Amino acid sequence: MSDELRVWIESDSDIVTARHEGRTLAASLGFSAAELAFIATAISELARNIVLYATRGEIRISLIHSGRQRGIQVVASDEGPGIRDVRKALNGGYSTSGGLGLGLPGVRRLMDETEVSSVEGKGTTIKARKWKL
Amino acid sequence: MEVPILKQGPYLIATVQSALNDSDLMSLRDALVAKVAKFRSRAVIVDVTALDVVDSFSTRTLRDIALMIRLRGAEMVIVGLQPEVAFAMVQIGLTLEGVGTALDLEEGLTLLNRRAKPGRQ
Repeated sequence: MSDELRVWIESDSDIVTARHEGRTLAASLGFSAAELAFIATAISELARNIVLYATRGEIRISLIHSGRQRGIQVVASDEGPGIRDVRKALNGGYSTSGGLGLGLPGVRRLMDETEVSSVEGKGTTIKARKWKL
Repeated sequence: MEVPILKQGPYLIATVQSALNDSDLMSLRDALVAKVAKFRSRAVIVDVTALDVVDSFSTRTLRDIALMIRLRGAEMVIVGLQPEVAFAMVQIGLTLEGVGTALDLEEGLTLLNRRAKPGRQ
């Protein structure tokens, strides 16, 4: 994957940068306006989690393909405190105030695939993909 | 980026010009709450046409601003939410419950003028 971009996240301005760059990359694949808003909002929530819970980390965004399908992958990684109950964080309630307040249920609803790996005390990596239909 | 706030008669109009980071949003909140008293404004219109993302933090802050404005005796209307932004907000369950909304600035002004003159439509 040569089309990968990395945004170092440690302040609220970096959140804006990450979602802007992600949107631009996603737009190059021809996603619709609504899909672009979904992707940008998901990046915003993922980047915010880094700032809020891990202080700093990184968002990597790349174009991916599987067979004839093309899509975008967003990877948010940090070396923060980790998530104790990943299942609970991913499911949450319908509103973002449900669950653990990580906005992860939102990311899951905005993207097609979301994977979380987290080790307490070591950090968290969240991969989210959206395919172009 | 600072959001310009214009006084127009009894109203304040804040027009968001580009993407806002968290600090920008909080400055907007502080400025509106202060100006609503300074100008004795009856209402505040926040135009978010330029926003391409309204995430959980922005939603919460906008809702907070509306509540604070109401506690100051005025009201707030959010105008210009883009269709795809509304779509993403609904998808993740973000609501602006209790906050007035209107399609655009013109509709927002109409709404406020109508509320200000009950029975004189």
